Amino acid sequence: MKTIKILSLSVLASIALASCSSDDDTPEIVNEEEVITTMTVTLTPDDDSDVITLQTRDLDGDGSDDPVITVSGPLSAGTAYDGVIVLLNETEDPAEDITEEVEEESDEHQFFYTISSGLDVTTEYANFDEDGNPLGTEFTLTAGEVSSGTITFTLRHEPTKPNDGIDDAGGETDILATYSVSVE
Amino acid sequence: MRIYALMVLLLLSIPSLSQSCNNTLSGKVIDLHDGTALEGAMIIVAATEQVITTDSYGRFSIPNLCNQTYAIQISHPYCLTDGYKVKINGATDKTFYLEHHLEELNEVILNGKSQNQKSNTVFENKLSKDKIEQFSNGSLGDALNSLSGVSSLNTGNTVVKPIINGLHSSRVVLINNGVRMEDQEWGVEHAPNLDINTAENITLIKGASAIQYSGDAIAGVIITEPEKIFVKDSLYGKTLVSGSTNGRGSTVTSKLTKSYDNGWFGTVQGTLKRYGDFEAPDYVLSNTGTFERNASLRVGLNRFNYGIEGYYSFYKNEIGILLASHIGGAEDQVRAINSSIPLVINDFTYEIAYPKQDITHNLARLKAFKKFEDFGKVNLQYDFQQNHRLEYDIRVGDDSDTPSLDLVLKTHTLLLDLDSKFSDKTTLKTGIMARYQDNFADPSTGVRRLIPDYEKYDIGIYGITSFQLNDNWLAEAGARFDYTYMDVYKFYRTSFWEERNYDELFPEIVVEEYDNQILTNPQYNFYNVSGTLGTTYTFDNDYKIFFNYSLASRVPNPSELFSEGLHHSASRIELGGLQFTSEIAHKISLTLEKNGDVFGFSAQPFINNINDFIVIEPTEVEQTIRGNFQVWEYRQTNAQLLGIDVDAYYAFTNNFKFKNQFSLVKGYDRSEGGPLISMPPVNTTNEITYENPKVNNLKLALQSEFVFRQNEYPNNNFEVYIAESESYELVDVSTPPDAYHLLNFRSSMDFKVNQKSNLTVGLNVTNILNTSYRNYLNSLRYYADDLGRNFLLNLKFNY
Repeated sequence: MKTIKILSLSVLASIALASCSSDDDTPEIVNEEEVITTMTVTLTPDDDSDVITLQTRDLDGDGSDDPVITVSGPLSAGTAYDGVIVLLNETEDPAEDITEEVEEESDEHQFFYTISSGLDVTTEYANFDEDGNPLGTEFTLTAGEVSSGTITFTLRHEPTKPNDGIDDAGGETDILATYSVSVE
Repeated sequence: MRIYALMVLLLLSIPSLSQSCNNTLSGKVIDLHDGTALEGAMIIVAATEQVITTDSYGRFSIPNLCNQTYAIQISHPYCLTDGYKVKINGATDKTFYLEHHLEELNEVILNGKSQNQKSNTVFENKLSKDKIEQFSNGSLGDALNSLSGVSSLNTGNTVVKPIINGLHSSRVVLINNGVRMEDQEWGVEHAPNLDINTAENITLIKGASAIQYSGDAIAGVIITEPEKIFVKDSLYGKTLVSGSTNGRGSTVTSKLTKSYDNGWFGTVQGTLKRYGDFEAPDYVLSNTGTFERNASLRVGLNRFNYGIEGYYSFYKNEIGILLASHIGGAEDQVRAINSSIPLVINDFTYEIAYPKQDITHNLARLKAFKKFEDFGKVNLQYDFQQNHRLEYDIRVGDDSDTPSLDLVLKTHTLLLDLDSKFSDKTTLKTGIMARYQDNFADPSTGVRRLIPDYEKYDIGIYGITSFQLNDNWLAEAGARFDYTYMDVYKFYRTSFWEERNYDELFPEIVVEEYDNQILTNPQYNFYNVSGTLGTTYTFDNDYKIFFNYSLASRVPNPSELFSEGLHHSASRIELGGLQFTSEIAHKISLTLEKNGDVFGFSAQPFINNINDFIVIEPTEVEQTIRGNFQVWEYRQTNAQLLGIDVDAYYAFTNNFKFKNQFSLVKGYDRSEGGPLISMPPVNTTNEITYENPKVNNLKLALQSEFVFRQNEYPNNNFEVYIAESESYELVDVSTPPDAYHLLNFRSSMDFKVNQKSNLTVGLNVTNILNTSYRNYLNSLRYYADDLGRNFLLNLKFNY
C-alpha cells in the first residue's frame, strides 16, 4: 500500500513538473529557404533592338495566389539573343539567388525549352555541367520569321543525363513556366 | 517438481488388501480466495490410478475406495498442483481448497484495466502467437491484414496502416501493451510505430465499444498484449530468424524471460530488420529498403493481491520511399501515371537514399494494481511516449541533408481504473484518464510546418457494466465522457488567410502579422460523449449472437484542422478547416458465430453512420511556379459505411481443413451523394491446410487471395495542359486498378533439439505465380507494381 502511495505521488509530481515546464513562447516563423518565387529570363539581343525579359513571380509559393507572368515585349525577327535565367527566393530579405545552387549542382539539374509549333524560334544550350551535358541557365535564342506562340521553361531536378530532350529526361519538375511571345 | 511430488505420494500409499473397498469419496474443489467452484480440476488417487475431473459445480465423486488413507493429487490448469492425504472411513465427504490465482494474477498484470474480454458484446478477432510469428518480418499492418474486415492503406510495401471496416488513421485506436499509441497516426503514410514481435496476441474490436480504452475509435480498437508470465521459477526464450529473397534481407528477433516463484519477473527482447530494395515481378522498386531496430525491457512483481510492472520500449525505423514517386506537379503526374514502368529504376542496393522516413518511438510505462476485498481491483498506470518523426525529401544545396519534416510529439498519460464485481452476475469497470500532449515542429527544417506546435489536454471518465441475465444472455452498457482542450500556434500564409475569409471570421486569434504570414493562436474545447450498449446470446452450445450499438466521438486531428500547403508525397495541395467539429459515429454490429469441431463460421454485418465525417476531396487546380497542383480540401459531411465480414472453416478430416474469409464494405457520402474514396474493394481468401502432429508437427497451407476491382469510387480526374504535346491531357488519379489473384504457400516442421528446446523450420512463398498487380489502397500504385514473388525461410528456436 505504501509503495502505491509513493508511486502515485511521484507520478503526479512528474506530470505536474512536465506540464509546468512548457513555456508560452510563441514559435519561430519559418521562411521557406529553397522555395523559388521568381524566375527571370533576360534575353539580350546581338543588335540594337530591345532587351526582352520574361518573368514569373509567385510570392506565396504553393499558396492560393497564382503566379504573375510578364513579358516585356515582342522578339525581333531575325535576331539572335543571349539568354540568362535567374532564380530568386524573394520571401527572404534580401532575396536569395537560387541560380547559384542550381549551377553548383549542375549535374543534377537541367533546363528545357519547349517551343510551340507555331512559333519560329530556336534555342541552344550555352552552359554545361562537368560531364559536358547541358545545364541551360544560359542559352542562345534565335528569333526567325514573324510568328507567335509559347515558350515553356522547365527545370528538372535529378533528370537522366545525358538525355534526348525533355521526353526521356525524367526527374522532378522544379520550375514550369509558359510565356506567350511573338516575333515581330 | 510435480513429478517428484507424485512419486513421493505414490511411495507413501502402499495399499492394504484385506478390506472392504466400496466406499465413495465425494466433495468439492473450491478456489481458496473467492470461494468459487473450480471446474475441470483433475483428481488423481495414487495406488488406484483413478482419475476424476470435477464438474461445472466443482463436484467430484470417487467410487470403490477402501477404508484407509489415500494420497490424492489435485491439479487445475491455473492452480498450483497440490497433494493431500485423505482418510477414508465409509462414505467420506471432503472439500479441497486450491490457490486459483496463477491465471488471475497475470490477467491483472497484463490487462491492467480490463478483464480478458475487451468487449463482451462485440465479436473479437484475434491473432494468436503462431500467426504473429508468421509476420515477424513484416509489420503490424501486414498481420492485421490477414483478418476479415481489415485491409491496409499502404505507401509502398513497408508503410502499412490498418483499415478497419473501411476506416483508418485517427479513427483506429491502437493500444500497445496497455498504452494508447500516440505516434502521429493522423498521417496516411504514418504506419504504427511498434515492433510486432513484442506482441504475444493481438485483439481487434471493430467499432468503439471498448470504451475503457477510448471514446473515439470510430473504426475500431487494436490491442496488442505481451506474453503472460507465470509465477514460477523458470528461464526461457525464443529466437526467430527469417530470410527473404525479395528485399534480400532478414529479420532477427529474440526474447528471454526469467521468472521466480516469489512473483518477480523480467523480459528482454530485441529485433533487427534489414532489407534492401524490394522487387516487383519486372523491375527493382528503387529506394524501398528498410532498417528497423527495436528493443524492449519489462520487469515486474506479480503477487496475488498486488503487483507492479515497468516497461520500456525503443523503436527506430528508417524507411526508403520509392524514388519514382518523388515528382512535382500535375505535369509530372501525367508522365508518371502514363508510364507503364516507374520513371526511375536503379540497380538493387541496400542503401536508403532520399526520400525517406526516419522514426524513433520511445515508450515507458509504469503500472501497479492492488486488490481490495470489498470493492475490487484498482489499477494505476502512468505512461510516457516520445515520437520523433523525420521525413527527408530530395532537396537542393545546403539543405540536402536537412529533413523537410521534424516533429516531436510527447505524451504523458495517467490512468486510474477500478474493476469491481457486485455479484457473480454483475461487474462494473470504471476509470479516469488524464493526458497531456505537446507537439513541437522544428523550424530549422526551413520548410513551413506541416503540423503546427500545439499543446493538448484530455480528461476522460468512463463506466461499463455487464450483467449475466442467465446462462444464455449477457448484457453490457457503458458510457464515457472526454474533454479535450487544444492550444495551438499556427502560421498561415496571408494569401490563404484572406482567401478563406479567416480575417473576418477569426480576427481575435491573430497574434502577430509578418510580411506574408500571420501567426495565430487557435484554442479549442471539445466535449465528447461516447457509449456502448449490447447483448450476447448463447444457444445450442455452439452458437452465439452478438449485438452491439456504439457511439463514438472523435476530435478532428491536427492535419484536418491545420493542413495548408503542399503534401509532397501525394503531389497535391491539402487544405484543412479551422472550424471543424467532432465526428460522431453510430455503429450497429451484429454477429452470428458457430464454433464446431468440423464446421464453424462467423458472419458480421455492420452499419456505421457518421455525422460530420471529415473527408478530403479535390476542389480545383492551383497554378504555381512549379507547375499545376490539384488542391484537396477537407470538409465535413454525413457518411454511411455498411458491409459484412465472413469467416468460415470446414474440417474434411483431422488433418485437412478448409478456411474462407470474405469482406465487403461500401461507403457513401449521404449529404452530397456518391461513394467515398479509398474504400477497400471486396476481397476473399481461401485456404487449404494440412496438419499432421505425428510427422514433426508438419503444417502445409496453400492460400488463394482474390481482390476484386473497386467499382465505386469518386471521379477526381482532371486535365492539364502539356506544353510538349501542345494539348490537354487527363490526369487519372481515380481509376482503380484491375482485380488480382495471388497464390501463397506456407509450411513448417518442428524438431526437438534437446529436452528443453525445439526448432521450427518454415518455408513460405508469397505471390507464387509472380503476378504483376497494383493495389487500389496503395498510394504508390500510380508509379509502380506491387511486390513480386518472395521465398521466405523461417527458423524459430524455442529454449
